[in-house]
Amino acid sequence: MSQQKWIFIGIILLAFLAGNFVYPNYFDKGVDFLNGKFSWKLPHFWTRPYVLGLDLQGGVNLIYQADLSTVDDKAAAMGGLRDVIERRVNLFGVSEPVVQIQGEDRLVVSLPGVKDVQQAINMIGQTPYLEFNEQRDEAETKKIIDKIKELQAAEEKNEDITKVKEYEMAFLNPYFKPTELTGKYLSKANVTFDQTTFKPQIQLVFNSDGAKLFETITARNINKPLAILLDGVSIIDTNNDGKIDEMDVYAPVVQDKITGGTAVITGNMSAKTANDIARRLNSGALPVKIGSPISQETVGPTLGMVSLQKSLWAGIYGVLAIIIFMVIFYRLPGLLASLALLVYIAVTIAIFKLVPVTLTLAGIGGFILSIGMAVDANILIFARMKEELNQGKGVSVAIKEGFLRAWPSIRDSNINSLIVCAILFIFSTSFIKGFALTLSLGIVVSLFSAIFITRILLIVFVGQRLEKLKWLL
Amino acid sequence: MNFHFTKYSLVYYIVSGILIIASVASLMVFGLKFGIEFTGGSSMEIEFSNQRPSNEDITKSLSPLNLGDITVQPTGNSGVVLTFKGVDEETHQSILSEINMLSPVEEKSFQFIGPSIGQELKNKTEIAILFALVAITIYIAFAFRKVSRPVASWKYGLTSLIALFHDILIPLGVFSLLGKFYNVEITIPIIAALLTILGFSVHDTIVIFDRIRENILRQRMDQFEQIIDLSLNQTVGRSISTTVTVLLVMISLFFFGGQTLKWFSLALIIGLSAGAYSSIFIASPLLVTWQRWGKK
Repeated sequence: MSQQKWIFIGIILLAFLAGNFVYPNYFDKGVDFLNGKFSWKLPHFWTRPYVLGLDLQGGVNLIYQADLSTVDDKAAAMGGLRDVIERRVNLFGVSEPVVQIQGEDRLVVSLPGVKDVQQAINMIGQTPYLEFNEQRDEAETKKIIDKIKELQAAEEKNEDITKVKEYEMAFLNPYFKPTELTGKYLSKANVTFDQTTFKPQIQLVFNSDGAKLFETITARNINKPLAILLDGVSIIDTNNDGKIDEMDVYAPVVQDKITGGTAVITGNMSAKTANDIARRLNSGALPVKIGSPISQETVGPTLGMVSLQKSLWAGIYGVLAIIIFMVIFYRLPGLLASLALLVYIAVTIAIFKLVPVTLTLAGIGGFILSIGMAVDANILIFARMKEELNQGKGVSVAIKEGFLRAWPSIRDSNINSLIVCAILFIFSTSFIKGFALTLSLGIVVSLFSAIFITRILLIVFVGQRLEKLKWLL
Repeated sequence: MNFHFTKYSLVYYIVSGILIIASVASLMVFGLKFGIEFTGGSSMEIEFSNQRPSNEDITKSLSPLNLGDITVQPTGNSGVVLTFKGVDEETHQSILSEINMLSPVEEKSFQFIGPSIGQELKNKTEIAILFALVAITIYIAFAFRKVSRPVASWKYGLTSLIALFHDILIPLGVFSLLGKFYNVEITIPIIAALLTILGFSVHDTIVIFDRIRENILRQRMDQFEQIIDLSLNQTVGRSISTTVTVLLVMISLFFFGGQTLKWFSLALIIGLSAGAYSSIFIASPLLVTWQRWGKK
């Protein structure tokens, strides 16, 4: 018995710690009061903020698809991409940006509290992608042009162009093909001025790997053009029509093998344009191409706050309703189960804060659902207890038997719910993940509270003493 | 309480039969209205500072932007949810300024889902549902592997699977009607709710089957039917209590929780009610009916 009392004290301590950790205001007020009265120096309770998801605190979530078709080491390329974008996003000055790789080729960028989404997207997406393309041989060029014609013909006949064999080929540039040399080998870009014409030019300086690549590429392309593209189009306006589009091709002819790892871009450009391009190149060339986001989710700050408050109140009403229900139908054990439920809520939220689990609306939904499910184990146990009591067994025997006999179904049904949660979790959509995480955490903690805590409460409160008060059970 | 549950099996079958036929019919005629998470597209929630302009005015003001099919769904007192084809951030901003010219608004949320993500999500959902069904059936067959007389353990699994379909079809039917008449879309939260129903409904069935398992082992009753009735009488109070406690929180979420969780909680409310019904009135009576057929 004394061992059970110690456990009971432990549970009270746990409830006290968890409760104050979740909501320290009352504890802190009490401490302030005591400190003021006796001029003590008691510390406030240990505080830790909740981690709120974007849907609750507002902000933008962007998903990008990286084009990895030209990359061998995909993981490394994605890692590099993440690092570059992380740097850029950090410059943006939001509180806690998150840049994550999702799956093989997706990048998720979360920017809490961002107001100007357009600017954010510009900063992330329009980072320059620099590439050096070499000329295709004539056979290849002809093949691609033929394919384009074939597709145009199919289109005119209103046929599905994706049915044409190797239709993707038609979307390639017929004259140039990419080389391994891209912006990721660039160490810096400078604006210099031509010694004789005094026109501005851009000097590209490669790192050592890039220098070697540049050497091999120029070596195999002597007397051939080498196109330099920025984000898929020519780096400068070559036909002087004031805009850079598909019509412009900046492809200087390679005179000789270039060693030393520098290249110079010349052409008709103003000093301002040259500076602009150099700045864009310096601010971080992306190792792989990403277009505009394939998914965007923006939540205004007020909406998040309102949904949070609403669902919290809904949860509180729900808990009150459960407590009333349990006390009416299961009397004293119902009251004890309600106490265990409150401990369960405090402990679970404390775990959310400690881990920390990022709270989203879905997560809160899962948690509220788990509150409803948490008393299930107790209901099973109490139903068994009543049966045992009806068979004329003593109270403590009935309690023991009730827990023992209800255990297999409690175990089976909870394992089942956990299986579903696991499947939901593999599913990997962030909404469902949040939901499955809080729900499964809730299930595990509720098993502990419903079986362990309620049992101890029953033994300590009821024990032998209430043998006369059977009606309470 | 001593209720002769299995006596009225035919009535339960008819009630459920009607509900299932109605749901299937609604699904076949109206189908499901999938949200942009699955179809790809954009959705935008705005709130007008003054009175809400008419749907036609909003649609008309946006017509120069070529947004494809625009649906305008009023929410709250002065809010509107717009859904249209996928647009980039630039177009999104011009939409906002167009509407602002019509009447000042505050944007509450904006979502754009590319078509590839939508398709992917659809596939993932199908796989997840399939997985859940298979995993649950295997688990039940495993949990009841020791009970083979007079009903083989796989029959428990299959019976609970039938109950599962029942519990999923009915909310789907309701949502197909809601989609048709109130523009309610099938969104990720609703899928999460449906998958939870899968787990929960089996949860309920397991408790009853568990009791049947125990009674078969403990009591020497000649009639399988009697054992089922006894087990149902022993567990019905618990089944109702458990469902009620979850319903209490979900109803509270439906009425007081925000927009996102509203349909999520409704799906759970319908599914859990159907689940409680099917565990008591469909799954166990089916075991009896099946066993009787086997005898003939």
